[in-house]
Amino acid sequence: MTKSNRASRASRPSRPSRPSRRVLAVASGGGHWEQLMLLRPKLEEYDVRFATTDADIALQRGIAKAETLPDCNQNKPFKSALCAFVAAWVVVKHRPHVVISTGAAPGFFCLMAGRMIGARTLWIDSVANGEQLSMCGKLSKRFAHQCLTQWPEVADEPRVKYRGAVL
Amino acid sequence: MILVTVGMQLGFDRLIMAMDQLAPTLNMEVIAQTGRGTYQPLNMTARAKIGPSEFEELVQKSRLIVSHAGIGTVLTAQRFTTPIVLFPRRFDQGEHRNDHQAATANNLDGRPGVLVAMTVDDLASTIAKGLSMEKPDTALSPTARQLHEAIGTFIETGEL
Repeated sequence: MTKSNRASRASRPSRPSRPSRRVLAVASGGGHWEQLMLLRPKLEEYDVRFATTDADIALQRGIAKAETLPDCNQNKPFKSALCAFVAAWVVVKHRPHVVISTGAAPGFFCLMAGRMIGARTLWIDSVANGEQLSMCGKLSKRFAHQCLTQWPEVADEPRVKYRGAVL
Repeated sequence: MILVTVGMQLGFDRLIMAMDQLAPTLNMEVIAQTGRGTYQPLNMTARAKIGPSEFEELVQKSRLIVSHAGIGTVLTAQRFTTPIVLFPRRFDQGEHRNDHQAATANNLDGRPGVLVAMTVDDLASTIAKGLSMEKPDTALSPTARQLHEAIGTFIETGEL
């Protein structure tokens, strides 16, 4: 292989090299997004679309087409309702086969919307939760197809599995 | 340069004061992001907030980060392969709503590029150790590789 050939390959890491599975990958700004970005090389082997709560942090990573969701948490019922609505819209728009989230509430809403259109859904609880699952993690244990913790001590098979960590 | 950070949400004067005392002995620039603390450092450059892109630049330039045990900072340090010393917030000092930072720090202790100082007395020696550290390896750790594989399996088969 020539050098230029290699270079052009390397410059297209986002091209899906696997059977085209549409993936929606969701994370709120901050630590959740950092964790999703550590998984980015794997996700970009597929037809992935990112969604987050802050368009700027996606642009910072050169992701121009990220979907933006309103931020919310369990203490903000109005914002949460709005977020759930936008999450449903994003899911309907992209019709993903798989929805994955590293947290928090906006990602959980995307998982729920994904379930409703028949997508497979995966919750990856934040590496910050070394003692127990987050609130949305506990909900995902029941309502997502699969729920992962990043700490072996927190795993509770078969509902909560440990399959490695971002670090 | 050493970057000290306590996150944006809460002050952490115990760490800022300890680092302010140590700063003159470190023979290099120390920049502190102090959050909502009230203590005004005398021996280091202090700023309450630092925006995300500038923060990343500073992490990249720093030889070492000294930080509360916030996972966001650990992840940023990991991305730029900058060694980090974690000094957890304590519940009994009113520094957080529980002791999860101590648990996080204990769990992460010993990972490539991560060191932990549990007390102010441990800080100086842990920082010295951090400064003598090589940049951590950028290759995926075995646990990260395992997670990547699990995600690939899930995307392709819908199972784990």
